[in-house]
Amino acid sequence: MHSFGYRANALLTFSVTILAFMCAMASLSDTLNSPSPSAQVQVLNINWFQKQPNGNDEVSMTLNISADLQSLFTWNTKQVFVFLAAEYDTPKHPVNQISLWDGIIPSKEQAKFWIHTSNKYRFIDQGSNLRGKEYNLTLHWHIMPKTGKMLVDKLVLPGYRLPEAYR
Amino acid sequence: MDWEGQKLAEQLMQIMLLAFAVIAFSAGYFTASFQTMILTYAGGVVLTTLVTLPNWPFFNRHPLKWLDPSEAEKHPKPQPSVNVTTKKKSIKK
Repeated sequence: MHSFGYRANALLTFSVTILAFMCAMASLSDTLNSPSPSAQVQVLNINWFQKQPNGNDEVSMTLNISADLQSLFTWNTKQVFVFLAAEYDTPKHPVNQISLWDGIIPSKEQAKFWIHTSNKYRFIDQGSNLRGKEYNLTLHWHIMPKTGKMLVDKLVLPGYRLPEAYR
Repeated sequence: MDWEGQKLAEQLMQIMLLAFAVIAFSAGYFTASFQTMILTYAGGVVLTTLVTLPNWPFFNRHPLKWLDPSEAEKHPKPQPSVNVTTKKKSIKK
């Protein structure tokens, strides 16, 4: 008993147990971080707005997205996935979400950014409800940690309106 | 490795690993670097391995004191006596 192999086994199991505990603590330490992200989105132009032959409304718009998400990053953050969704309600469905743009932020240095882009994914309503529709642009983000729980939050930017007529 | 050495090795392993875990976690947290934590802890585990795995001389400072062979001759092993068993058998009969 208490041979070389016994000591090696005890050392390995104990060190890995402690490592797991340290990773759990690292994940818990993320809750101490209280982030204060900010974001502004400007709709610079409605490029076109039309009714498709099958009856669905489609919009193309030019967006200027600027955001400061640096406070989301902690020592346990691997990357942040962020996407911008248009949210509106229709008589048939109370919640409609359409993803317009997304991106992966790999480091804190790149978390303060602005981007001038047309919508990356098509803005199509399943129906014909978009004329004069008031909608929110919501910035969602998923904080992917090195170990532990993935945190999800969002920032709602209300008060956008689509034009009354197709163009 | 003698009995005292085994106790020492076990305690050294546990205390060193826990101490390195605390050091590594605080180092990582305050330098805001996960990599620092992992590297510090890995170094600690390697050091603990070097200290507690090999059979170092300081684990053998309390050798067991066996009795002198002459003592064994003075107190011989009790032999099963043939008379007792035969007596018991005779009683049963």
